[in-house]
Amino acid sequence: MNSLPMTSINAAVGSLPATAVPEREKPARTSQPSGPARPRHRALHWEYVWLGALLLGMLGVLLAAIALPVGALLGHSFLSADGSFSGGAQYLAYVRMPGVGRSLFNSLWLSAVSSTLCVALAYVYAYGITRSCMPLARLFRAVALVPLLAPSLLMAISLIYLFGAQGLLKSWLLGGTAYGPFGIIAGSVLWTFPHALMILCTTLASGDARLYEAAATLGAGRWRSFCQVTLPASRYGLMIAWTVVFVLVATDFGVPKVIGGNTQMLATDIYKQVIGQQNLSMGAVVAMLLLVPAGLAFAAERHLRARQAASMAVRAVPLAPQPHAPLDRALLAYCSLVALAMLAVMGTAVLASLVSFWPYNLGLSLKNYRFDMMDGGGWASYGNSLRMATATAVLGALLSFVSAYLVAKPSGWRRTRQWLHAVATLPMAVPGLALGLGYILFFNAGGNPLNFLYGSLSILVLCSVAHFFSVAHITQLTALQQLDAEYERVADSMGVPFWSLLWRVHLPVCLPAVMQVAGYFFVNAMTTVSAVVFLYSPETTLASVAVLAMDDAGDIAPAAAMATLIFATAAAGRLLIAWLDAWMQKRTQHWRQR
Amino acid sequence: MHMLRIDQIAKQYKETPVLRGIALSVEAGEFVSLLGPSGCGKTTLLRILCGIEQADEGRILFLGDDITRWPAARRGFGVVFQSYALFPNLTAAQNVAFGLKGLPAARVRERVQEMLALVGLSAQAQRYPAQLSGGQQQRIALARALAPQPRLLLLDEPLSALDAQVRTELRSEIRRLQRQLGIASIMVTHDQEEALSMADRVVLMHQGRIEQQGSPEQLYAQPASRFAAGFVGRMNLLPAVAGSGDVVHVGETRVDCRTRGFAPGDALLVGVRPESVVLHPAQPAALPNLFRARVVETSFLGPMALVRVFCPALQCQIDAQWPLRHDARLPDWLQGEVLLELPAAALQPLAAPELSQANLRRAA
Repeated sequence: MNSLPMTSINAAVGSLPATAVPEREKPARTSQPSGPARPRHRALHWEYVWLGALLLGMLGVLLAAIALPVGALLGHSFLSADGSFSGGAQYLAYVRMPGVGRSLFNSLWLSAVSSTLCVALAYVYAYGITRSCMPLARLFRAVALVPLLAPSLLMAISLIYLFGAQGLLKSWLLGGTAYGPFGIIAGSVLWTFPHALMILCTTLASGDARLYEAAATLGAGRWRSFCQVTLPASRYGLMIAWTVVFVLVATDFGVPKVIGGNTQMLATDIYKQVIGQQNLSMGAVVAMLLLVPAGLAFAAERHLRARQAASMAVRAVPLAPQPHAPLDRALLAYCSLVALAMLAVMGTAVLASLVSFWPYNLGLSLKNYRFDMMDGGGWASYGNSLRMATATAVLGALLSFVSAYLVAKPSGWRRTRQWLHAVATLPMAVPGLALGLGYILFFNAGGNPLNFLYGSLSILVLCSVAHFFSVAHITQLTALQQLDAEYERVADSMGVPFWSLLWRVHLPVCLPAVMQVAGYFFVNAMTTVSAVVFLYSPETTLASVAVLAMDDAGDIAPAAAMATLIFATAAAGRLLIAWLDAWMQKRTQHWRQR
Repeated sequence: MHMLRIDQIAKQYKETPVLRGIALSVEAGEFVSLLGPSGCGKTTLLRILCGIEQADEGRILFLGDDITRWPAARRGFGVVFQSYALFPNLTAAQNVAFGLKGLPAARVRERVQEMLALVGLSAQAQRYPAQLSGGQQQRIALARALAPQPRLLLLDEPLSALDAQVRTELRSEIRRLQRQLGIASIMVTHDQEEALSMADRVVLMHQGRIEQQGSPEQLYAQPASRFAAGFVGRMNLLPAVAGSGDVVHVGETRVDCRTRGFAPGDALLVGVRPESVVLHPAQPAALPNLFRARVVETSFLGPMALVRVFCPALQCQIDAQWPLRHDARLPDWLQGEVLLELPAAALQPLAAPELSQANLRRAA
């Protein structure tokens, strides 16, 4: 399974304190200029000017791709439909609309319940993987991460097959319906499970053996040391995981769209306002309502991560799990159950797409893959998605490497570099739907010189790069920060320009991180719906959007087929990149061997 | 003319002054060591010399040019960093060649071989840094800095990351190379042994100022201040008041000691190194500066023992060093009552401004 690269990139989200400025900038041993005088001395130096140009160029790209669309969204939420300033009138109008209280309430409670369930399930699973001696721990970890490769829609479609109107297991619901809270919660828990799992694995893997030894010498049993050592030590991890999953569920619109039935949530409201009623300003209002809690949660998460980092002892001794037969067996049973359930649900959609008429005619058939007869753009959409994801992977890996380099390494231009870092980490707090809507408002505005991008594949690429930029930027930043800060001084003292150092040392050394990031962009660009759903044109329909369109038209089997295809492509892309990475490492990374 | 002249360099971070007016000259071929505790400004001074940082005030003159505002590259100094900063993905040879720009490939190869031979690592040319020992990495860093034929070599704590044994070995190696190439060098260190054993001249820094400079022997034998006495080697310090003639008073007790530069009544500190203190079992003869003392504790340090005695006449504890022989045993009499001799020639009068102020306050 190719889960490792993906694990580590997402683990990067799980374990990184997203600090505003890299540690190296502290004044203790600093090379930072103290006064404003320095740029003046250096201004005569051409290398400094080149660096500044690169920095400003990068900042310009990120502003156009991230900050300005979000700004446009903010601005538009205060405009009325005819474009005049309306203050908070749109907000008031929205609040007065029937059913709004319902949407808000649904979003909150469904996200909270999903998040709590998901974190509880994932915590035990993570405990089994990291703290017990059960066999096959690595396999269980890999299986649980598989959903990352599929769009969230796939889970929802499977649940329809299992529990929907003609569902196989409909009777399990005791007369209840799958369309609504049950479907939303089940679907959300399933697709967010790997996100919670990675954060909790990171937390549990960093236990301090000394505490357990101390507890044991003081006569504490296994249960007591779990309650008094393990649980308190993972409290920040649990809170972070809960917050992350809460935001993922609250801002996801694929699952409620497919299986939500009449249950309205904020995310589906935006879609209705923008696509159904073409009311962009009202859409902006709802997007702001989504963005504010997401931003708050993001701030809370950063605060928690800082607390978590501070609470970890520097001299912690790594923990080696001790075998305990009954417990190991129980955890094995639990993990098998969860993994099987997950595989069964995902497998249902895959299987259903490959038979002629689920569940009545189970003969194998590829007729569901004849997309050209369906809504959503047919096979052309798939081609578009593939091109878009490949371009996103290349452009995203490149841009995030340069942005991380500019934040981490140069010694001048301090203020500009801080701004760059702030803009690069902003997408983490912006839900995809809000970003997509911001793109319409910004790029489609009259007089925008970038208007020519609108409706092209390029804008989809740009939007996907922006949507997933933060994690990529931070991963590359971590890789670059592991390089000695003195490299720049060596090059400086020898008169070697920075681009030469970048090309000869930084890029080769960070190549594994660059490849990981490319894989991350590829998979996410393949599977995402939220940001791009507002941006495609008739020529640039995407596979993930086609799933939505076919499901909307009632063609659920072809929808399942397309989702399966996306899943397979994402997996293949991951494998290809892993193979490419291995090949390049073999050719260029001899120096890692001792 | 001096090769390098540093003229009243000052620097502060935010509100904290780091360098408060440093003036220093370096001659061609000289090995100067900047010694001091962490935070004394020595590393900042080196970084200003490298061109990595800019001074707020003052000038740096190199062979007659004012280089204060020159970028690092234009200065053409070789720098060895504390972490070596070898590029992990380049071989030893490629690292050494890194700074050799604009030369024909054959000339670069030749120069790299020459440098690797100089540091004795020709056989390791194709190894990557991770495959070299710490000492070998340090030599490669040195070769890389020397390859472009710099006019001045700057070393930032070059040995601090190595184990004790390798460190001693490399000390003499760096010294040998420096002599052989005749290259003027400035080394920053916090390790007094390193500074004393390698440098022609030691510059002792404290709180952003130069406390004292001179040959290693001078610095050890004639510390000019309380700080210098305490930082280089160990020293017993006795608060005293200058008397008339070569006499000081420690409490009620008269002690023979040079008092040049002090007026009678001045407060001062009398410094004496543990190895200069002599202990006697019984009255040897009529010697000056002989006091009764009691052994408080002894600690075994390998080649010697440190004996701490309390002297009632001087009202203080004094450390004495006792050299040990092959059997590593202290003589039996070295416990209980002993006689303590402070040879007048070994006593070092030091100014003690804070003591005089205390006295003045008491008088008022």
